[in-house]
Amino acid sequence: MGMTISEKIIAKAAGVQFVNSGEIHWVKVDKAMMDDILGPRVEIAEKLKELNKGIWDKDKVVVISDHYTPPANAKQAEIVKFTREWAKEYGVENYYEFQGPCHQIMVEEGHTIPGQIVVGTDSHTCMYGALGTFSTGVGSTEMLGVLVSGEIWFKVPETIKVVWNGGLQEGVMAKDLILKTIGEIGHAGATYKAVEHVGSTFENMIMDERLAVSNMAVEMGAKVGIIPTDDITDKYLKEIGVSEEYERFSSDLDAEYIEIYEFKAEDLEPVVACPHEVDNVVEISKLDEVKIDQAYIGSCTGGRYNDLLQASKILKGKKIADGVRLLVSPASKKVWNRCAEEGILTTLSEAGATVLASTCGACIGVHSGSIGAGEVCISSTNRNFLGRMGSKESKVYLASPLSVAAAALEGKIVDPRKYLGGI
Amino acid sequence: MADKKIKGKVWKYGDNINTDIISPPSYMEMSIEEASKYAMSPIDDDFAKKFKKGDILVGENNFGSGSSRETAPLTLKHLGVTIIIAKSFARIFYRNSINLGIIAIECNETDKIRNGDILEIDYNKGEIVNLTKEEKYKSTKIPQHIIKIINLGGLVEYLKRL
Repeated sequence: MGMTISEKIIAKAAGVQFVNSGEIHWVKVDKAMMDDILGPRVEIAEKLKELNKGIWDKDKVVVISDHYTPPANAKQAEIVKFTREWAKEYGVENYYEFQGPCHQIMVEEGHTIPGQIVVGTDSHTCMYGALGTFSTGVGSTEMLGVLVSGEIWFKVPETIKVVWNGGLQEGVMAKDLILKTIGEIGHAGATYKAVEHVGSTFENMIMDERLAVSNMAVEMGAKVGIIPTDDITDKYLKEIGVSEEYERFSSDLDAEYIEIYEFKAEDLEPVVACPHEVDNVVEISKLDEVKIDQAYIGSCTGGRYNDLLQASKILKGKKIADGVRLLVSPASKKVWNRCAEEGILTTLSEAGATVLASTCGACIGVHSGSIGAGEVCISSTNRNFLGRMGSKESKVYLASPLSVAAAALEGKIVDPRKYLGGI
Repeated sequence: MADKKIKGKVWKYGDNINTDIISPPSYMEMSIEEASKYAMSPIDDDFAKKFKKGDILVGENNFGSGSSRETAPLTLKHLGVTIIIAKSFARIFYRNSINLGIIAIECNETDKIRNGDILEIDYNKGEIVNLTKEEKYKSTKIPQHIIKIINLGGLVEYLKRL
């Protein structure tokens, strides 16, 4: 019997020829990522002293202050300060702050290599699967174990194969595709499992879009959302300056899958995930009227270059609706700079958008765009849980950046294809 | 604590008790002690006041979904949660709980358990007795390598012995 990509990566990291799903293996970790909100300040710093141990390999550790940057208050500022000083104390040179959400920094700075194992103290660490990396979120104490030993145990996950074939319609994005997938599999349907995304839709998908897909694997409970490494991966890594050699893993023809889902891309319409669960997915065309107060484009899910570019196509030369605020947080400084150079930020700003720092802030309601009781936000982020972006009496609808932009223009959720000649 | 049975009163919740409910992000900048006052507050403002050490937290499907934030099990632990029973757990929350020495038990029959029921749990045998309703439920057995971590009181104690 053959192995899936995930099984092959785990086998290599465990130093064995073959693994079966369900087996428990200790594996060597290639990169360990910590953020500010759940990094050193939670358990790690204190318990590391208690254990009286150092970190196993400082060059394999990356620390990124992103959730509380720029800080909204003194407490947040102290957390960022603590994180910065901790990185310095332990000689961690891979320290970033005020650069944007950690996952975008990881994939821009070449910290995620195909075939490697990466763990991070944030659940959306599963995003690096788009680059063929077996990556997953861990808690702080688990990270402490990794920091002192360089190893972690994994139960080898069963794999669900998600096949999408064909081309997406104009006005439909990878975000719609992954929300549709989550709607079918369910928010716990892939718990403990790996998801492998294959088919011609992914083969023809640019990296920015692939990242949005893998980012949301955890929203169906998955450990990782893997996309096979191909020429698009190679090109992306070359462009960001990765010179490290890597192996292209692909699943064997006789690899075992616990479930297979097949979708036709041509049939997909723009969708939203309605409050308060990510799998509460409905086609926008079937949605009753939903008025919005805020529209948000940003985060490690929906704030990349292509997301802002697509939104700008809808917003160019137009004005957002009265009484609506459109907030845009480019997913990194690099995204910010590129969008600034190409005039995209100006287009968005002229349409009425408020362009914010690159940060996690509004996505988890800790600064830069929290919403109040009774307010409704349409967002290109990854979670719409009760109280996620602020008040527990607010509502969040998840959608593609195109749908967010279209909603900002009309003050209500609408099908973005009408602005693109699609319908 | 290897063979001790655990007995306590149930606080029962439903499906998808996610990490934004257990540990709302707005309070994460606080210390665990302060933040624990707001644990579960989006669905139950009084949780922190009414949950007493030794009580048992019971949910249904997909308990702990969402974030990797260890503030979720940490705040629960601070409030005295030592054991959580659910039909299923989200993966990261499950590992985080074990690593902190909280026993997370999967049981398919939690819909039969009501608020205020008194349970007696033998997690080594995979048995739960509902003393109030005089019912017995099976729970999945916890793998030995995890029992080892729980019995030591969590991953930190385990690491100290490496």
